[in-house]
Amino acid sequence: DIDDVGHKYYLELVLEDVLDKDSTVNCTAEVLYHLGNKNIAPDVQFTLEGELKNTEEADNIFYSRIKSLEKELVAENIPDSHGNVPPEMEPVRLLAWVASGYVIWQNSTENTKFQLAQIKRVKQVKRSDEYLEFDYTILLHEMVSQEIIPWQMTVLWHPQHGVQVTQDSRQPKHASQ
Amino acid sequence: LQLDFWLAPRGLGQPVDVRVPFPSLQPLKAHLEANGISYSIMIEDVQSLVDDEQREMLRGRRGLPLSTNTFDYATYHSLDEIYAFMDLLVAENPNLVSKLEIGRSTENRPLYVLKFSKGGTKRPAIWIDTGIHSREWVTQASGVWFAKKIVQDHENDEGLASVLDKMDIFLEIVTNPDGFAFTQTQNRMWRKTRSRNSGSPCIGVDPNRNWDAGFGGSGASGNPCSETYHGPYANSEPEVKAIVDFVKNHGNIKAFISIHSYSQLLLYPYGYTRIPVPDQRELHEISGKAVAALSSLYGTNYKYGSIITTIYQASGGTIDWTYNQGIKYSFTFELRDTGHYGFLLPAKQIIPTAKETWLALKVIMLHALEHPY
Repeated sequence: DIDDVGHKYYLELVLEDVLDKDSTVNCTAEVLYHLGNKNIAPDVQFTLEGELKNTEEADNIFYSRIKSLEKELVAENIPDSHGNVPPEMEPVRLLAWVASGYVIWQNSTENTKFQLAQIKRVKQVKRSDEYLEFDYTILLHEMVSQEIIPWQMTVLWHPQHGVQVTQDSRQPKHASQ
Repeated sequence: LQLDFWLAPRGLGQPVDVRVPFPSLQPLKAHLEANGISYSIMIEDVQSLVDDEQREMLRGRRGLPLSTNTFDYATYHSLDEIYAFMDLLVAENPNLVSKLEIGRSTENRPLYVLKFSKGGTKRPAIWIDTGIHSREWVTQASGVWFAKKIVQDHENDEGLASVLDKMDIFLEIVTNPDGFAFTQTQNRMWRKTRSRNSGSPCIGVDPNRNWDAGFGGSGASGNPCSETYHGPYANSEPEVKAIVDFVKNHGNIKAFISIHSYSQLLLYPYGYTRIPVPDQRELHEISGKAVAALSSLYGTNYKYGSIITTIYQASGGTIDWTYNQGIKYSFTFELRDTGHYGFLLPAKQIIPTAKETWLALKVIMLHALEHPY
């Protein structure tokens, strides 16, 4: 407890590479949840004790593949109801996962626990510059309320410049849901 | 002779495969033997294989497996397929398995429970339910696998055999069939029942907030549009009432296990209050052993503890009610994973999940057997 400021948490965690379970990096972090105003994202400071794997090759392969598509990429329901992800969609899914991490961070309080539940729809947006742009509609699952929350996010990516979420907004739930 | 060569003669020393029409069998055999040509029978009766295949294909087109041995446990199935599976299982094992209808859902779907029993009358029993929250698909799929597992192992697995010598097992695989049908046709993320809520456009009640234990308190919502809506009153949902009636009428259930996903947790009561249950220490110890057994298979990590201290406050929950009814060994599982795929767990994880969970279930069942009360 930090009087008049909020609650600070000191964390020791292990980062595990989703694509290679044996590849881990230790990490320490400090998270400060602000008192009162729930519209401010928690402050996060972290230190990596080691290096993250170099993904240049895989990044470039994905980048080239998307750049060379004749028509803009469009897809729905990733994973599908059975948990399947077509192999060529896997990087699209991972990109959404990273980007949703930003959205989750910006919307987290001490009483929320968000996970990315599904990509409902993704549409590539044509750009004249070297960036790739994707317009995602995702579903976030919030554990405490058990709600499924549709969220739109615009994601920019480039192999050398990383991920950016340039726009995001909570979407209304459909009446049937 | 009308011989039909499936592998034609190629040269000296090379084998030849030939299909022989019935009337030509004897003459051909005589001919081969007279010339010192050795032969062996690869297929006794081609026609019967062809007939089997035809039947299989017809069934396949209608989506029905021939038996529980050809049923695909590594994929997610529809409600009809699961109900058909149940009937097959009973038909194949009439001395061990029976199907009970314990009620009807809001949309009038039958609520089926499989009873595994080696005899006796109202033996002390273990209850397992899966699929109370319809979007948690790995649970119904695991329930199907458990049913088959019990049948396969009921004699050769020492632990299970000893349980079934003294106790019955009740298994409700699709505890919320209306919700399950809805996840297949309209909304994969549907959790609740499908009952109408008067005065609201929103549908459904959270069946795990509808039990009469701390009903309506903190840890459930009074808003019909919420995923944790407790309903207008306790047991308002026929899916819940059916189990309540069953448990009360049976009167001899000794262990009650309700299965959910996801989070990888093993939980015991209470969820509605921080007051620890009187049997806290024993339940905690059993949980530790069950989780160790589960992890031993693939290294899957589970946490365990009471609902309120481990996951969140939840009122009107199933196992809070069953515990208060005197069913000491009341547990809830949250199966794989921890959020990476969440509810959309890839089908290839169904069997590993079911297998590891079964080890934990056996720990609980054996404990109940060895500690009668």
